[in-house]
Amino acid sequence: MRSVRQRRPNYRLRRNLAEAAALAVGIAVLIWTLVPIYNIVSVALEPHGDVFTNDIWPAKPSLESFWIVMTQGHWYLEYFWEQFRNSLYIGAATVVLTLLIGSLTSFSIGRMRIRHGWLVSNAALLTYLIPASFLAIPFYRIMHIYGLSNNVWSVIAAEVTFATPYAIFIFQQYAVSIPIELDEAARIDGASPLQVYFHIYLPLMMPALVAVGTYALLLAWNEYLYQFLLLSSKQSMTVPVALAQFLNSDESPWNYMMATAIVYALPPIAIYYAFRRRMTAGLALGGVKG
Amino acid sequence: MADAQLIEGHPEFPSRPLSVRSKYKRARLGGLQRSEFVWAVSFIIPYAAVFLAFVAYPVVYGLWLGHSPALYAELLSEPIYQRTVVNTVLYVVIGVNLKLFGALLLSGLFMRRGWWVKGLLLIFVLPWAMPALPAFISIHWMLNSEWGLLNNFLWNVFGVEGPGWLDTSRWLALGAVIVSHIWKWMPFWTVILLAGRMAIPQELYEAAEMDGATGLKRFVHITFPLLANLYLICTLLSTVFTLGDFNAVYFVSGGGPALSTHVLATLGIRNAFEIARPDLGMAAVMSALPLMIPLVMVLMRKMRTTEVQL
Repeated sequence: MRSVRQRRPNYRLRRNLAEAAALAVGIAVLIWTLVPIYNIVSVALEPHGDVFTNDIWPAKPSLESFWIVMTQGHWYLEYFWEQFRNSLYIGAATVVLTLLIGSLTSFSIGRMRIRHGWLVSNAALLTYLIPASFLAIPFYRIMHIYGLSNNVWSVIAAEVTFATPYAIFIFQQYAVSIPIELDEAARIDGASPLQVYFHIYLPLMMPALVAVGTYALLLAWNEYLYQFLLLSSKQSMTVPVALAQFLNSDESPWNYMMATAIVYALPPIAIYYAFRRRMTAGLALGGVKG
Repeated sequence: MADAQLIEGHPEFPSRPLSVRSKYKRARLGGLQRSEFVWAVSFIIPYAAVFLAFVAYPVVYGLWLGHSPALYAELLSEPIYQRTVVNTVLYVVIGVNLKLFGALLLSGLFMRRGWWVKGLLLIFVLPWAMPALPAFISIHWMLNSEWGLLNNFLWNVFGVEGPGWLDTSRWLALGAVIVSHIWKWMPFWTVILLAGRMAIPQELYEAAEMDGATGLKRFVHITFPLLANLYLICTLLSTVFTLGDFNAVYFVSGGGPALSTHVLATLGIRNAFEIARPDLGMAAVMSALPLMIPLVMVLMRKMRTTEVQL
């Protein structure tokens, strides 16, 4: 009895101390995370000319920079909406092609058990492990050989190349949970492989398709290096390339740049939070399990 | 069976509902392997084409571009390249380990219950959810010696004149790059390790508590042994990704001051496109192969054979 009475306050104190320590760490993490984000927002809210000050928050916050971005009111932003559309177009094409190519491949390897399918999945795994930046130089040259320079399709090709390996893994991992008997039953009933693919495989793979589709969209939207190397004209380039162009000038309009950065970052953030659960499940699988 | 074959042969038959008889026929004949094989091959052709046209060809082309030993002699004689190798090693070793160790500890924080922990996790993943470019551009401007947020803060609050983070010292700039990389990518690994922790059965902890193991003991004897394999795979994978990370260096320090903070990925692009020496750029990238090849081999083995519990 005595020992319990002695232990209880001690235990409570320890628990409160642990909670306080966790809270302190949590606050540090919060500040660490938010400082660069606060910086983007506060610079974007500066009215023009006030960027070069020593304030740590904007004296007269205004939405002027966002208005300039929306109306393409600066010569850096001349083709902003066209560039936004290019980014969207590349993203959409990457999603469709990645899902199509990835699911067909995984169907062939995992469900139809094609001979030497493991070779293809090894090739995909190897591609997943090659850093994209290491392949950029020959890729650029080869796009010239293919006659695709300054063409959005060269970028789509690049994004699909780097998104499909991931798609193939996730699909193969996920498909294990779908009983193969379903395919066999349909085959025995006379369905062709194409019918099995469309009517059984794809509907049951929907969660994996959503996860990989989101991944491919964000990959294509966020990627910079290939878009920068492969697209040169202002009308054909994408938002990140245009954004980086601001850096070339000495007198960068930083507030417009940050406003552009926010407009560019909002769609992927919204998509990320909307599909967060599926994405993280998929990423955990793909990033770690392979 | 004979009339089943006959009926099957009729052109109008396929439109009829699938019958038991056709089932028998297919099951018995099993002779569809050829047409099945044709389907399977045609399903795999798109990816094979993508792989050959956009992976195999560039890889071979790249190897050919950087095959001459003279290129490596030229690289090694450049002080920029020597510094770049040191930077790459520091960037990868410090960046990966700090990031993953931080992620391991923070995943423990996010295992706690309570509303603020859940809310914090939502905010904490923001750097990962946002594209790299805005994040790194923001950090670049934040570290501006005259107008950046950090030095403004130091001046306004402490009355201290902050250093030129990115334009005076190689080590400050490289440190800034490493910290930016950690800021951007730690959330991703935290989420992965958090998923790993959640897969550990709660009963193990309860049993350990019965035996009097709490706090650090719990971590050392239960959490870490069970997470070790996952942690190792994460480290290897992150090493490969960090070796290829272009954006952090390119946008935070831009390789400056005076080309002293390049890593192999950015130096390769610089050689190829700024000084128009694609062969030299490819050689810089390929000089990472002695590290890359064993890493990739180990990873391919690990990722194919081990079933990491998630």
